[in-house]
Amino acid sequence: MNDTETKSTETKSADVKSSDEKRVGVFVCECGVNIGGVVNTKAVADYVAALPGVKVTSVNKFTCSDSGQADIQQKIKEHNLNRVVVAACSPKTHEPTFRACIEEMGLNQYFLEFVNIRDHCSWIHMWEKEKATEKAKDLVRMGIERSKLLEPLEASEVPVNDTALVVGGGVAGMQAALDLGDMGFKVYLVEKEPSIGGRMARFDKVFPTNDCSICILGPKMVEVARNKNITIMSYSEVKEVEGFVGNFNVKIEHKSRYLDINMCTGCAKCSEVCPVEVPYDFNEGFGTRKAIYVSFPQAVPLRAVLDMENCIKCKACAKACERGAINYEMQPTYTDLNVGVIIAAVGFKTYDPEPRHDFGYGLYDNVITAMEFERLLNAAGPTGGHIVRPSDCKEPIRVGFVNCVGSRDKNTNIYCSGVCCMYTIKNAQLLKEKRPETDHTIMYIDIRTPFRGYEETYNRARNLGVKFLRGRPVEVKEDPTTKNICVRVEDTLAGEIRNLEFDLLVLATGVVPHEGINQIQQLLKLSKAADGLLMEAHPKLRPVDTTIDGVYLAGAASGPKDIPYAVSQGSACASRATILLKNRKAITEGITAVVDPDVCVGCGVCLPMCPFQAIKMDEKEKKANVMKALCKGCGTCVTACPTGALEQSHFKNSQILAQVKNVFKFPEVAA
Amino acid sequence: MSAETAAKVNGWEPKIVAFCCNWCSYGGADSAGMGRFQQPPTARIIRVMCSGRIDPLHVFNAFLEGADAVLVTGCHIGDCHYVNGNDKTKIKYKFLESVVRELGIEKERLQLNWISASEGEKFANFIRDVTEQIKKLGPSPLKPEGVA
Repeated sequence: MNDTETKSTETKSADVKSSDEKRVGVFVCECGVNIGGVVNTKAVADYVAALPGVKVTSVNKFTCSDSGQADIQQKIKEHNLNRVVVAACSPKTHEPTFRACIEEMGLNQYFLEFVNIRDHCSWIHMWEKEKATEKAKDLVRMGIERSKLLEPLEASEVPVNDTALVVGGGVAGMQAALDLGDMGFKVYLVEKEPSIGGRMARFDKVFPTNDCSICILGPKMVEVARNKNITIMSYSEVKEVEGFVGNFNVKIEHKSRYLDINMCTGCAKCSEVCPVEVPYDFNEGFGTRKAIYVSFPQAVPLRAVLDMENCIKCKACAKACERGAINYEMQPTYTDLNVGVIIAAVGFKTYDPEPRHDFGYGLYDNVITAMEFERLLNAAGPTGGHIVRPSDCKEPIRVGFVNCVGSRDKNTNIYCSGVCCMYTIKNAQLLKEKRPETDHTIMYIDIRTPFRGYEETYNRARNLGVKFLRGRPVEVKEDPTTKNICVRVEDTLAGEIRNLEFDLLVLATGVVPHEGINQIQQLLKLSKAADGLLMEAHPKLRPVDTTIDGVYLAGAASGPKDIPYAVSQGSACASRATILLKNRKAITEGITAVVDPDVCVGCGVCLPMCPFQAIKMDEKEKKANVMKALCKGCGTCVTACPTGALEQSHFKNSQILAQVKNVFKFPEVAA
Repeated sequence: MSAETAAKVNGWEPKIVAFCCNWCSYGGADSAGMGRFQQPPTARIIRVMCSGRIDPLHVFNAFLEGADAVLVTGCHIGDCHYVNGNDKTKIKYKFLESVVRELGIEKERLQLNWISASEGEKFANFIRDVTEQIKKLGPSPLKPEGVA
């Protein structure tokens, strides 16, 4: 350890830390040879020791080691330091270490200034040792001058209400709610449809194991309903969200079912007598349902709902209902919730090929989507599990599948939806197993089978005789007499054009954000990526967090996912949320924007600058107000303030300008 | 003697002030270090939390103090850690550019670049390119006398 102690005559009074005199200690790290092998650390320490305010300098082999940290703490004590400059690696990795180190000595953690002389100096100027040393001197000088202007800050602690809100009752949301409920936290599960279950409830069988989807989902839905800690709010939507981590005030609208949910038993006698028939949305528009109906047999809660838009008010249902549950005048009701965390598992929809008439969809009867095929395959579907083609209800023999509809296409979505290859293989396989005489051709760009058991499913389909043709149809036409679909496609592996005729063509439509995503994005102040899907805080290291503290993302709303992935994300969200729910407190960043009310003129320029709506205008006083718990400390508003009333703590103009000024050596300093 | 020849004779090295955002471009500079992407020792990085915090005041001050070039860097558009701070940087930069041009400062001396935390090589190349450009131009006309 090489110490250069600057002689000082000051008395070591106890209150020196709060006094105006800046007593800086500079700790230069050699990082083994990482810094020391290039930068002359001794020369840097000697140079800065002469700068005003520097009371002590020290060179350590590894400042982050126990002995290095002990050296800092000892020097703080010996020299009554009130500012610490560490010249070492990157603050992105080591700032927390040294902040904790000086805090232990009673110094405010924000009195640390971290100078990067490794990543930004020794490592990138390996063969210019002298110049690197000069640069290191500049960088440390900049840090010292900035450190003198640093102010103490407190990271504020906010209490966390230990209840959670889960938005979306699909499989991801259900998993999140179950995990939290099982851990003993109160959970509100809000679902906009009359039943929980989400998209998975509509699938026939699920790859790669081909289990019956509702057979595995149904028990889980019942488990959610039976969990004492979970309150299901079905047929409800989030209308307002105010507040911040730990303390979100949420308004939920319960849409009117036009019947008393507590009286209804889901016996469906009302449906039996209802004379109105409308296309059944649960079956993708195939078949019909009544105006009063139970959304599907396994619905949770198993309650009817009256579709007032199609009701003719004949009152037959009211007469049929033994319990008198029906009320035609029922209005929506509202619940105000206070929750600590919010998990958004708002789901997805499948790409709609109708507007663009992709591959003749919407023009020709016998071009259907995979989701429609899925319902036809389902034993509880409109045909009782018989695949028939829409034009004549005949069972098709030759079935074509087109992959990547609404995915991997510059005209629609450029991303890969990830699940379509697998569900197409599964669908072809299921039909082939049911009716071996059928003939299947899957037209694909690439077949993607990345996870466990997926490649095996693909091989099984091949062995069953499903044909794979690499190529994208360039022309799809209908034979007007037979209503068969004629496809012109280039087999890119064989290098020849093929003209194929199918009885039925199934489009593998991709995963796209649904209409409700904008609303939830605005309510929760989330970010949206270029593909229209919600964005996580970090795509790799924080995949279920968002940039909003206390708000998490699960499921396909943040990108296409298969079922195991969505379920894992649900559990991941529950685990992340538990950190807050269990600790019952959240730490918010000490670095925030600060308003000087004496200078603020209430012009409001800063308000739209904040993407987190952290600035509120006090209408009475005409002053801007920063809500510290919402402020993320980016400082964008500060730059916009025309009067200089806004400042960003820890990055004040004076602090930044001190660095700017000390980039340079002035004649008197250089001399 | 022209600035260019003076620079050659004296072995003059430009001084570049680079403003980096904590999440992307500062990380990019770190990645340049981790990847050992060598670059001329001309840049002095000043870290801010978001490129949206980079005030025209900071840039003008850098020029007045003696910067031969000033770099404004941040996350790629759409990747901002604070949703859209860099969109605002882009708008401010247009204003900055026009003022700097009006002052008679060459366009090479003020540059904007979006660099992600993983783009270490891009960061190093950027510093190298700017250094080359500025070496050709010579010291900034606004540089006070004697400042190094």
